[in-house]
Amino acid sequence: MKNRFLSHRRARQLAPLLAIGAAAMLSGCDMVVLDPAGDVARQQSHLILWSTALMLLIIIPVMALTALFAWKYRAANKDAEYAPDWDHSTGLELVIWAAPLMIVISLGALTWVSTHLLDPYRPLGRLAPGKPLAANDRPLEVQVVSLDWKWLFIYPGQGIATVNELVLPTDRQVRFRMTSSSVMNTFWVPSMAGMIYTMPGMETKLHAVLNKPGRYEGRSANYSGAGFSGMTFWTYAVDDTGFSRWVSQTRAAQARLNDATYLKLEQPSENVQPMRFGGVNADLFRRITQMCVKPGIPCMSDVMSHDMAEPGSHAPVNDRPPVDAPKGALRKDTNEKGSAPHLTAPRGQADGSSERGAQNNRNMTRLQPVRLPGATVTAQG
Amino acid sequence: MTSTTDVPPGAHNAVTFYDTDPHEHPPGQSTMLGFWLYLMSDCLIFAMLFAAWGVFGGSYAGGPRPSELFELPLVAVNTAMLLFSSITYGFAMLAADEKKQGATLGWLAITGVFGLCFLGIELYEFSNLIAEGAGPWRSAFLSSFFTLVGTHGLHVTFGIIWLVTLMVQVSRKGLIDANMRRLQCLSLFWHFLDVIWIGVFTFVYLLGVLR
Amino acid sequence: MSDTLLKTIFGRLTLESFPIHEPIILGTFIAVMLGGIALVGAITYFKLWKWLWTEWFTSVDHKKVGIMYMVLGTVMLLRGFSDAIMMRAQQAMAFGANEGYLNAHHYDQVFTAHGVIMIFFVAMPFVTGIMNYVVPLQIGARDVSFPFLNNFSFWMTAAGAVIVMASLFVGEFARTGWLAMAPLSGLDYSPDVGVDYYVWALQIAGVGTLLSGVNLIATIVKMRAPGMTMFKMPIFTWSALVTNVLIVAAFPVLTAVLAMLSLDRYVGTHFFTNTGGGNPMMYVNMIWIWGHPEVYILILPLFGVFSEVTSTFSGKRLFGYTSMVYALLVICILAYLVWLHHFFTMGSGASVNSFFGITTMIISIPTGAKIFNWLFTMYKGRIRFELPMMWTVAFMLTFVVGGMTGVLLAVPPADFQLHNSLFLVAHFHNVIIGGVLFGAFAAINYWFPKAFGFKLDPWWGKVSFWSWVVGFWVAFMPLYVLGLMGVTRRLRHFDDPSLQIWFIIAAVGAAMIAVGIAAFLIQIYVSFRDRERLRDWTGDPWDGRSLEWATSSPPPAYNFAFTPVIHDLDAYYDMKSRNAERPLTGFRDIHMPKNTGTGVVLAGLSVAFGLSMIWYMWWLSALSFAGILAVSIFHTFNYDRDFHIHADEVERTEEERTRILANAAAGA
Repeated sequence: MKNRFLSHRRARQLAPLLAIGAAAMLSGCDMVVLDPAGDVARQQSHLILWSTALMLLIIIPVMALTALFAWKYRAANKDAEYAPDWDHSTGLELVIWAAPLMIVISLGALTWVSTHLLDPYRPLGRLAPGKPLAANDRPLEVQVVSLDWKWLFIYPGQGIATVNELVLPTDRQVRFRMTSSSVMNTFWVPSMAGMIYTMPGMETKLHAVLNKPGRYEGRSANYSGAGFSGMTFWTYAVDDTGFSRWVSQTRAAQARLNDATYLKLEQPSENVQPMRFGGVNADLFRRITQMCVKPGIPCMSDVMSHDMAEPGSHAPVNDRPPVDAPKGALRKDTNEKGSAPHLTAPRGQADGSSERGAQNNRNMTRLQPVRLPGATVTAQG
Repeated sequence: MTSTTDVPPGAHNAVTFYDTDPHEHPPGQSTMLGFWLYLMSDCLIFAMLFAAWGVFGGSYAGGPRPSELFELPLVAVNTAMLLFSSITYGFAMLAADEKKQGATLGWLAITGVFGLCFLGIELYEFSNLIAEGAGPWRSAFLSSFFTLVGTHGLHVTFGIIWLVTLMVQVSRKGLIDANMRRLQCLSLFWHFLDVIWIGVFTFVYLLGVLR
Repeated sequence: MSDTLLKTIFGRLTLESFPIHEPIILGTFIAVMLGGIALVGAITYFKLWKWLWTEWFTSVDHKKVGIMYMVLGTVMLLRGFSDAIMMRAQQAMAFGANEGYLNAHHYDQVFTAHGVIMIFFVAMPFVTGIMNYVVPLQIGARDVSFPFLNNFSFWMTAAGAVIVMASLFVGEFARTGWLAMAPLSGLDYSPDVGVDYYVWALQIAGVGTLLSGVNLIATIVKMRAPGMTMFKMPIFTWSALVTNVLIVAAFPVLTAVLAMLSLDRYVGTHFFTNTGGGNPMMYVNMIWIWGHPEVYILILPLFGVFSEVTSTFSGKRLFGYTSMVYALLVICILAYLVWLHHFFTMGSGASVNSFFGITTMIISIPTGAKIFNWLFTMYKGRIRFELPMMWTVAFMLTFVVGGMTGVLLAVPPADFQLHNSLFLVAHFHNVIIGGVLFGAFAAINYWFPKAFGFKLDPWWGKVSFWSWVVGFWVAFMPLYVLGLMGVTRRLRHFDDPSLQIWFIIAAVGAAMIAVGIAAFLIQIYVSFRDRERLRDWTGDPWDGRSLEWATSSPPPAYNFAFTPVIHDLDAYYDMKSRNAERPLTGFRDIHMPKNTGTGVVLAGLSVAFGLSMIWYMWWLSALSFAGILAVSIFHTFNYDRDFHIHADEVERTEEERTRILANAAAGA
C-alpha cells in the first residue's frame, strides 16, 4: 500500500466518529473511500461516516440488549423474572416502531439533501471546503469511453486523447461525459468521486475535482467480461503548469485518433499499457455515443429525427437499424450453428475482431499484448 | 373461507380441541382460487410485455411504423372473432350448468372454431409482416409487437388444445363435478385472454396507428 | 454433408464441448461419476429403487416433498460452496506476477455459478422445503391444496438444478454475473452456450417456484383448521403467506424478462441489444423488479422461523404478534418500491434516487420492529440455548450489522462509492448468510425431530454452529474493509500487494465455513447412527407451541387423525395447558391423494427440452415439447387421483401412538 500516493490524514472533525468504528483499528491500511483526495469523494465519505454513526445509535443498544437478555434470561438463571404470558405492551410497541422511525427520518432528510447536492450531473458548488468556484469557472471537459477492456479519455479542449491514463489539474472542476462502446462499465476513481455507469448508445455525466496532487487508482467497477480485472488506469493530479506541460508533451505524440485508429482500438484487448494520441477527430465522441463510427452505419440522431418526426413520441435509445446484428439462433442455417467447445484454457486469436458476436472476442484471456495504434507511454507521471 | 373460520364446532358448550364430526373437505375446493392466482401471475407477464411495448413502441430504428403496417379492418375482424368466442363460451357454460351435455359440446366446438379463425388471421398478419421485411428482428418496436401479440396468440393456442381435450373428457365422462371445475377454469382463462386482447387492441393497434 | 447431418442432430455439441483437456473439471467429473456409480450401485444392491420411486420420487405427501427440497438444497450447497472456495483461493493468491490458478474464462463462470446456485438452488429450495413441510402441519391440514402440483414443482426445481450441473461437464456456464445483465448477456457479447444454460435453468426452475407459490397461498387461505382465523395463524404461516404472495407477484416478472432475453438470443429481437432500438437499461430495471422482492422471498420465511424458535425456547408467547404481522405486510408492499436502489449509479435524477433511497430505509423500520419483538420475546423468558436458539441469537447479532450496511448503501451518494465494491458483497452475504442460512440451520435443527423422530446431535451441531458463525465473521469482515479500500467485486487478479493479507484472512474464514458444512453433514450422519439415543417419542421435543407438535414424530401420512380445533394463537400450548384429550375412538376413513410419477416424467422431458434448446438440437426440442404436452394431457385423463386410508389402519396407527406416549410418560 505504501507504493500508492495517498495521504493518511483523517478528516479531523470526524476523528471521534472514526474511533467508534472499526476504522481506528485499521488505520494501517488505505481506506481510500474514507480518506479520498477529491472534494466530492470527501463529502461522500463524511456521509458514510455520519450515516453509520446515526445507525449505530440504534444498532449498538440492540446488540447489547440481545447479549444482555440472552445472558440474563438463560434457563439456568432461576432468579430472573419469568412472565410466560406477557406478550404485549402498547408503550413498548410505540417505542420499537418510533425509534427506527426517528433514525430513518433523520437519515431520510440527510439523504434527500445530500443526493441533490452530490448529484453527479450537477456542476460542483465548491472546489473544496471554503474554496468556492470562480464565477466564470469553465470546467475541464473529459470525454470517457469504456472499451473492451480499456479506457479511452478524450480532451476535446486540448485536442488530445489517451488510453488508460488520466491526467487532471488539481483544484479544477472536471466534467466527464461518458459512454461505452460495447457493454456497461462503471467509471470509478475512488479517491475522486463515486462511480457512474458508462453505457453503449447513451451518455452519462459526472462532475468532480481532485484537490491533492498525486497518483490515484481508477478502474471499471462493473463486470464487463474476460478482461475486466485488467481494466485499470492511473489518474494523475498535477498542478496547472504540470498539466500544460503534459498537454504539450502529449500533443507532440505522433499517433492520431481518427476513425481508423479508433476502430482498431475498439477491438477487444486486455491489460493495455497507457497510450497517448497527439490529435483527435473533433466529432469522434459524438459518433461513438451514437454508435456510428463504422463506415456505412447511420447515426442514431439521423434515424431518430426520422422516427421522432411525429409529435408525442419519446426519445428511444439505441435507435439505429440493426444492420450488423448477429442472427438469432433459430434463424441460423444448420451450418451457422457453430460449436461451443469447453474453453477453459486460453485460446483464440490475440487480435480482437470488430465483428459483432464474434466468439474469439469473448474467449480471450491474458493473451499476448496486441500492437495497438497509439503511442505507448513508458515513463509515467 | 367462511367454512373454515366459522365458530368452531362445539364452541358453544364445552371446549373442543378436535373436530370429530364426520365431514370431508370437498375435493377441488381450492381449485378456483388457485387458478385465479395463476391467472394473476400470467397477467403480470402480460403487464411486463405491455410495459415493454410502452418503452419500445416508438423505437422504429429507421424501419416501418405502425401506421404503415397495421391493417385495422383485419384486426377488427380478428377482435370480433375473439369476442364472439367469448360469448359462445358463455353459452357453453350456461348449457353446462343446465347439464345439457350435447349443447355444451356444440358451443365449445363453435368457440374453438372462432379461436382457430382468430389464430389463422393472426398468423396471416404475422406472415405478411415478415414477408414485408417487418419481422421481429427489424426493430425494437416490432420485437415488442410480435412478443406481446404472439404471447397472447400462444395462450389462445394452448386454450384451444385445452378446449379440445376438455371436449373429449366431457363426452367421455359427462358433466361431472371434476369436468365442471375444469370448464370453469377454462372459462376464466378464455375470458382473461379476451380482456388482454382488448388491451392489445387498444394500446397496440389503435394507439399505435395514432402514434 | 455429414457435417450438416451432425450439426442437424447434435446442434453445436461436439466432442470438444466436453472438458477433456481441463484437469480441475475432469477430476471433478470423474469424482462425480465414481460417486454417482457408487450411489447407483448401492441403491441397486440394497434394492432401494422401488422404495425410492414409490415412497419418495412419486410422493405427493407435502412432508416428503419438503424433505426432498431440503436434500436438493444441501447437495447444491456443496456445489455452490465449492465455487466459493475456488474464488477465495484464486483471490488470495492472484497478486502481481501470480495469475492464480483460474483463468478469466473459468473464474467468471465460477462466480456466476456461485451466485445462481446459492440463490436459486440452495436458498430457494431450503425456504420452499421448510414452508412445504411445516405450513400444512401448522394449520392442521392433511396436505397442501394441490398435492400433485407440489410434487411437480419440486421436480421442476430439481430439473433446473440438473441443467446447471450439466453445464459443469458439457459446455460451460454463463460468464455474466448472477443476473446476466444485458447487453453482456446478449448474443453480441455472449454468443456461446453459457447464458442459454442460465436462461433455461432459471425458466424451468421458475415454473416450479411459481406453482409452489400458488399452491401454498391456496393452502393457507383455504385449508386452515376450524377456529384458525387469520390472526390466530402461527407467525411462520403468516410469513409463508406473505412470501408466497411475493413469489406469485414477482416470479412472472423474471419469466418475462428472461423470455425477452432468450428471444433476443434465439430470434434476434431487439429488446436489450445495442442496436435496433433495444434498451439494456430496461433489462436492468425489469430484473431488479423481480430481484428485490426475491430478497424478501428468501428472508421472510426465516423471520417466521426465528419468531417460532424465540417464542418456543424462551417459553413465552411471541411478543407483539400483531405488529409482527403488520411488519410482514409492510415489508411485502415496500419490497416492490425499492428496486432502483440497485442502480443509483446509472444516472437517474437526484429526486428519483432519493425517493428509492428513502423507501429502502423505510423497510428498515418494520425490520427493526421485528428485531425488537424477538428481543422482547426473550425478555422475561426462560431461554433454553438449544441449537435452534443459538442460531437465532447469532442471527440477531449478525443480521443487524448487515441491516446497517444495507441502509448505508441506500444513501445514494454513499452508494456511488460503495456500489459494486466488496463492501456490497460483504453486505449481502451478511444478510443472506446471517439471515437465510442461519435461519435454515435453525429451522433444520428445530424441525428435524418432527420429520424423523430423533433430534440432531448437539455436539456436532455446536461444532457446525461455531465454525459457521466465526467463519462467517472472519470471511466477510475483511471484505467490508476491502470495499472501503476501493476494491471491486468479480476481480480475479490484483496489482496491489497490500490487499493480499485481507484476502488471505477471508480465505481462512471460508475454510472455517467448510468445517461448518462438514460438521453439519457429520451431525446428520452421527444423529442417524445414534438415533435411538436421540429418539423423541412424544412428538414434542422442545415443548412446542404450534400445531405441528401435536402429532407424532414423524407424523402419519394423514398428519392428524381428527382435524384440530383452534382457540388460541399458540394452539398446541393452549391444548397442553387445558389438558386437551386426543380422541381415541371413532376413527373414520381418511381421504388422501394418490402418488403419481407424472411430475418426474414432465421434469425429465423439461430437462431434455432445455438442453436441446441450449445446444440447438431443434428436432429434440420439438419432440420433448410435444412429449410435455402429451404427458400433461394424458395426466388430465386420470380422474382416479385419490384413495382412502381405512379407518382400521388409522386406528392401528393411533393406538400405537397412544402406547408410545404412555411408555414415554412412564419412562419420564
